[in-house]
Amino acid sequence: MALSIQHLLGLEGVAKEDINRILDTADSFYEVLQREIKVVPTLRGKTIVNLFYEPSTRTRLSFELAEKRLSGSPLNFSASTSSVQKGESLKDTVRNIAAMKIDMIVVRHGAAGVPYFLTRCTDAVIVNAGDGLHEHPTQSLLDMMTIRRHFGRLEGLKVAIVGDIWHSRVARSNAWGMTTMGMDVVLCGPPTFLPQHTESLPVRVTDDMDTAVEGVDVIMMLRVQFERQGTGLFPSIREYRQRYGLDKERLSRLPKEVIVMHPGPINRGIELASNVADCEQSVILDQVTNGVAVRMAVLYLLGGGESA
Amino acid sequence: MKKLEQLMDATALDRALSRIAHQILEKNPDLNTVGIVGLQTRGVFLAQRVAAKINEMERAHLVAGILDVTLYRDDYRKPFKQPKVQVTDIPFDIDDKNIVIVDDVLYTGRTVRAALDALMDFGRPKTIQLAALIDRGTRELPIRADFVGLKTTTKGDQEVALSVKEIDGEDSLWLVEVEKGR
Repeated sequence: MALSIQHLLGLEGVAKEDINRILDTADSFYEVLQREIKVVPTLRGKTIVNLFYEPSTRTRLSFELAEKRLSGSPLNFSASTSSVQKGESLKDTVRNIAAMKIDMIVVRHGAAGVPYFLTRCTDAVIVNAGDGLHEHPTQSLLDMMTIRRHFGRLEGLKVAIVGDIWHSRVARSNAWGMTTMGMDVVLCGPPTFLPQHTESLPVRVTDDMDTAVEGVDVIMMLRVQFERQGTGLFPSIREYRQRYGLDKERLSRLPKEVIVMHPGPINRGIELASNVADCEQSVILDQVTNGVAVRMAVLYLLGGGESA
Repeated sequence: MKKLEQLMDATALDRALSRIAHQILEKNPDLNTVGIVGLQTRGVFLAQRVAAKINEMERAHLVAGILDVTLYRDDYRKPFKQPKVQVTDIPFDIDDKNIVIVDDVLYTGRTVRAALDALMDFGRPKTIQLAALIDRGTRELPIRADFVGLKTTTKGDQEVALSVKEIDGEDSLWLVEVEKGR
């Protein structure tokens, strides 16, 4: 029983059975991570290139750790210290890396669709670690794993994703993945932060945070991505914090069972108050732990076979 | 899958496990040093039954550990053959213990090889012993069992099929014929 997908490019169109299988396998790997020796020999001899065209702490370290704990051989590439600086194109870079006989490529790039493009340049298995404003599937999978481990299920739970939806590939992946799993997803942010064609996403959208968080089980706060936007999308940080930030006062109006998530890195004091990020209802560090397990599961399930 | 011959019924299976339990005791009189570990999937239930029998005889409190060797197998690389990764739960320290691995069928020896590697990652047992309900021969690795319920040799398209009541509803062991070209 393998996955019905050969690459992980996004969660749009990925079947419920595949997502369940990844999450079940991730639970098993979670157990491996509790062992004294956290390494298993499964991917021995497999070379995995981490092709990062954008900065990243969590995702890159998490993938590298997942690769090492499966005994794979990770090879790290970052655009800023490579021949990309000399003007080498993406296609040439990838074809050269592929010529060194590698098995999988984990790619992050500022342009949407790059992972799909790579599937046409090489035979290697491609895993999307974030492409432009498109998708970030492993983040969504680790979010779902965290929610499932907390509540014991996904079906029927309600999640509000609040903040800079437009610039968030996490929100897009979650919108697809979570609705596939039968969750109720509400996206919330100031109108300037909402994408233009939300009707193409299988979710509800609102610009009022109090409406969004009504009856939720999970609140996922997104980072204001200052590096991706020009000016003028919101009047001031202070006003944003007041209308769309999550602080203790707003959280205290909701049931104690509600959990708070954030894909990181956090702008403390902007979208999320510091004492909320560190409070008991926050599962933000669980997300990071689960990230390694979920990525091990994805690499394990996709890395086993040559193409069918 | 065609059933050819019943090799064990529930009574025979129970007696074989009782004998294995006695033999384990005979070889390891100090139960404080013994750890029993069942291999996923059906070995787990056999291990629990062997542990229960020993506990009954000796008023001991052995708890059978569970080991999933999927991640240590050598056939992972074959195209699209990733078996489901299952639970591993060994609730005791295996260092300096006499560990008895319990598996249902001993055949090529590759599962046991994987189990040995997996166990070594959990610690350094004093000895590792192997109990198999059925040894069907045709080893591909230099591995042998210390305790065997039933020894038989299968040929050609024959396999053995074990049912345990915990998941299959009944205890029985059959010699079966599998279709060619599978």
